[in-house]
Amino acid sequence: MSESISTPDKPEPLPEVEDAKDLFSKFDPLIKQRQDLLDSGLEDPFGLVMERVLSPVTAVCNGRETILLGTYNYMGMTFDPEVIEAGKSALENYGSGTTGSRVLNGTYVGHKDVEDALCEFYGMDHAMVFSTGYQANLGIISTIAGKGDYIVLDIDSHASIWDGCAMGNAEVVPFKHNDLEAMEKRLKRIPEGAGKLVVLEGVYSMLGDIAPLKEMIAIAKSHGAMVLVDEAHSMGFIGPNGRGVAEDQGVLDDVDFVIGTFSKSVGTVGGFCVSNHPKFEIMRLVCRPYVFTASLPPSVVATAATSIRKLMDAGDKREHLWENSKRLHKGLRDLGFELGTEEPQSAIIAVIMPDLERGAGMWEALLKEGLYVNLARPPATPAGMTLLRCSLCAEHSEEQVGQILTMFEAAGKAVGII
Amino acid sequence: MDREDTKARIDTLIEPFNKKGVAITDDTTFAGDLEWDSLTVMDFVAAIEDEFDIIISMNQQAEIETYGQLIDAVTKLRGE
Ligand SMILES: Cc1ncc(COP(=O)(O)O)c(C=O)c1O
Repeated sequence: MSESISTPDKPEPLPEVEDAKDLFSKFDPLIKQRQDLLDSGLEDPFGLVMERVLSPVTAVCNGRETILLGTYNYMGMTFDPEVIEAGKSALENYGSGTTGSRVLNGTYVGHKDVEDALCEFYGMDHAMVFSTGYQANLGIISTIAGKGDYIVLDIDSHASIWDGCAMGNAEVVPFKHNDLEAMEKRLKRIPEGAGKLVVLEGVYSMLGDIAPLKEMIAIAKSHGAMVLVDEAHSMGFIGPNGRGVAEDQGVLDDVDFVIGTFSKSVGTVGGFCVSNHPKFEIMRLVCRPYVFTASLPPSVVATAATSIRKLMDAGDKREHLWENSKRLHKGLRDLGFELGTEEPQSAIIAVIMPDLERGAGMWEALLKEGLYVNLARPPATPAGMTLLRCSLCAEHSEEQVGQILTMFEAAGKAVGII
Repeated sequence: MDREDTKARIDTLIEPFNKKGVAITDDTTFAGDLEWDSLTVMDFVAAIEDEFDIIISMNQQAEIETYGQLIDAVTKLRGE
């Protein structure tokens, strides 16, 4: 029998041992949860492949034309003709990659130019570009807060902020989400003389809510803390010049460090920190996630610089994006869905699901209707919630927002959520 | 500072958080026996911090696994 022929490249299967323990055993509960979900016949919500991308707001997934409502491509810059042209030209003239660190052979004119574009965009003195926003948080936080210093941060902070805390040696003190009193109490108790860094976000991406930065920054400053604000989800869209929530609330001048990303409104990949601190440039030598990794490819920094400069006067697009956000928020609420915020506060609308099973079911039903949203589940979400996160784009037409609402209604009824 | 006094006050503070009614001893673990999630931990830590006007940083929390270790740590922090 063919089964009995032993072939050298096919070792005999080992007898299955139920509890063969190795380093992966700690993932068993998660493996089981995922398998149960897939066994119930659902499509893998974390394994979607975009077969063709037709525009910033449409793609072909599983052979179906799909409206994209979960890309963070807020300003729809990914197919902007000038952006594409800048990328092509840099690719041809400077090659496909730098093969080097920013502090060795990896700084080209394009890297300098995108840093200049950021200084212009934010009206700040210094800008430092990292290979991702994740690395910008990792690098800046772990480097500026050292042993004996204190980091006071919101409990709902992004993973890259937490990882920046974990990588450094400072004492880490979280406070309840957006809670001014909890934040102030902690600042008060920090021992005299210790360095203090308060880390906040403009928009919190899970629920799409914004922070009361004006009040929080005033408290931080009155306790002598430096302030870092991650504006990943507000750039290009919130504030009179699209500089973010701190600008919108009139307190950008009191922010010591703004962290941002090119992977959302800018429409490519990369991260940055902008600052007016007179000694900021020393970061380029001491910040390990900046030094010990290769710089962004020339085409990426060229597309980013072009996109950032275009975002400086994108007033009409901002207005349309706000209209989309308001329309979707009201429409979903009228259909009876529970949303993450009372009023639309950003371009993210989070739809709260009763549990993971029905959340995954709803996600799949929407995909079959031709709509892609983000499924978010614990531990990434606050309070163990399962969320369907919708992020709008300035390129979504009014008609598409109408279609999106129709799809939500059909899927919500099919799954029994509304 | 007095460990007995610290323990008595934390005994009172933990009651509303001990939803499963676990009999708590010095060896009770937060993750294992009480099965607390991170939000419950944050609220409980905040209650202790407010009661004693101290900070228990995440770094210090990482060292605390049992109820007894918590009381020791708080007693020590109160003395500082
Ligand atoms: C708040 C926040 N900060 C940082 C990042 C990281 O950005 P990047 O995608 O550039 O690594 C993200 C995005 O995932 C984010 O949501």
